Amino acid sequence: MAGEPRSVAFRRSREATWRRLEALVERVEQRGPEALDADDARALPRLYRATASALSVARAIALDRNLLDYLESLTARAWLCVYGPKRRVGESLARFARWWPAAVRRLGGPIGLAALALVAGAIAGFALTVGDIDLFYAFVAEGYAQGRDPTTPTAELRDGLYGEHDGRDMLLTFASFLFGHNARIGIAAFGLGALFGLPTLYLMLSNGLLLGAFAGLYHVRGLSLDLWGWLLPHGVTELGAVVICGGAGVALARAVLYPGRRTRWDALVHAGRTAAGVVMGAVVMLFVAGLIEGLFRQLVQDIVVRYAVAGATAIGWAAYIVLVGRETDGAGEGDP
Amino acid sequence: MKREYSITTPEGIALGFRRANLGDRFAAFLVDMGIISLVVIAAFLPAVWIGGGDLAIALALLVGFLARTFYFTLFEWRRRGRTPGKKRLGLRVVDARGGVLSPGAIVARNLTRELETFIPLVAAFEPEMLIDGGTALTRWITLAWLIVFGLLPVITRERLRLGDIVAGTRVVALPEVALLPDLAAAPITERDALYAFTPAQLGHYGNRELHVLEDVLRRPYVEPATLRVISEKIRRRIGWPDDSPVEPRRFLEDFYAAQRAGLERGLLFGRRHADKAAARAARSPGDRS
Repeated sequence: MAGEPRSVAFRRSREATWRRLEALVERVEQRGPEALDADDARALPRLYRATASALSVARAIALDRNLLDYLESLTARAWLCVYGPKRRVGESLARFARWWPAAVRRLGGPIGLAALALVAGAIAGFALTVGDIDLFYAFVAEGYAQGRDPTTPTAELRDGLYGEHDGRDMLLTFASFLFGHNARIGIAAFGLGALFGLPTLYLMLSNGLLLGAFAGLYHVRGLSLDLWGWLLPHGVTELGAVVICGGAGVALARAVLYPGRRTRWDALVHAGRTAAGVVMGAVVMLFVAGLIEGLFRQLVQDIVVRYAVAGATAIGWAAYIVLVGRETDGAGEGDP
Repeated sequence: MKREYSITTPEGIALGFRRANLGDRFAAFLVDMGIISLVVIAAFLPAVWIGGGDLAIALALLVGFLARTFYFTLFEWRRRGRTPGKKRLGLRVVDARGGVLSPGAIVARNLTRELETFIPLVAAFEPEMLIDGGTALTRWITLAWLIVFGLLPVITRERLRLGDIVAGTRVVALPEVALLPDLAAAPITERDALYAFTPAQLGHYGNRELHVLEDVLRRPYVEPATLRVISEKIRRRIGWPDDSPVEPRRFLEDFYAAQRAGLERGLLFGRRHADKAAARAARSPGDRS
């Protein structure tokens, strides 16, 4: 008679602890950490450590595979509960709002480069289109122009800038905006950044050319002031967001090209976390721009008010990005 | 069990994780998309009712975008790295380096979903929406990139989605294992062992054979003939002295308990026999030529 295996006694003495931990883990998995009352919340880490050490012991002494699998699985699940994301959504949003401007400041260089590409494209597009109006077609696809091209009469172009719209139109504009040109350009510019940044800068440049071509067309017709009044109220926010996305893409490219002491992969992951957080903020900016475009611009036809709003958004974003989040040392480091 | 990822907790315990396979991940994704579609349709129907046409489409697009964007993020955030689909398939998102799964990483890995699923769809059906202007060449290059993104999980050795790469996350299979009754405890608590084994008889098998036997005994139903064949085989190998027939299940249960006790006692003395070959080598050290 060989006697009772040691693991049987071991299991008998500890099983209650595991079962209790399992019940707590189940509750956290179902309903989040708030489901635990104070006592349970205090007990969770203690039970987790007890179970983790039981796993170590079991690995050394036990040959019951179901027991080992159970402890492996339970310890891993409990580990995710104990070390999982704990902050509430609201609290995280507040932290994010303070983290984001600092992170944008730290990406100043890449964002500057993306902005440079956009502005260079815009100037080139403008100059070329003013010089030869037919070049407009080289920069703007037919589908995108939507009846705003060199053959359109000036009066029609002007009406497009001051048209009357009803409520349904506003929602449509806003919704289509979510899938709009610039939102996609922004996210694609970020995502394609890992490919050495060339697609990102290409997107910035071609978007700049597009903008410049339109500016050139309206300039030739003497509608420059009206065009910018139409464009800038939401354009400040929108183009800002696109440039920030582009900058985040360039930051990824920088990590791949100059990984420093890390491997390229690690450098990309490291840069990716910060950059993705920055892009998330830019997506919020695109939302704001969509609201301005969908609602405000349709209601306000006065050009002075339009410029005032454009100026206000420019000052607002600049102040937010430059001033917020300075109090904490090393703000913008690491994850949002 | 194969464990591709090892994560060391702050307590110094190395936890092994199995990589989730692509089929499960895709199934989980389909479940989640099914739920999102229901939400979108629920938002869409009233709009068709009253407004119809453009307004309904606009609303559906809006709700669809919001649902897609926040569904994955919110669930992975609040439910320990699991969306309902992942929960169903026993999958989880974990941090690749064993740290805390940060909200930033969750947001990052889901932000790229748009790039991997929605945008390639648009690119396939309506490339003009995506790539304004540009020549056919640039269009094809962009399309090729998007296809590469879509195929990343198939190409990369670790089955990584772009979002996993950017966020430094991994999707692992973490099935919930139930703790079953201890097979070695049952005969001792409820009845006396019918069959007893000598240490020499317990020196023939290693851990692997023990686990195979555990699997057989834990099955809800096994053909009596199978049990008989197994017990015959074991009796022959360990040199069971008497030829009189045994009750196969009880014999196997008792042998399992005794064998496990024997092997576990060996562990205490630093003897770990992986399988029967190792056990044989340990029995006759001289023979290992």
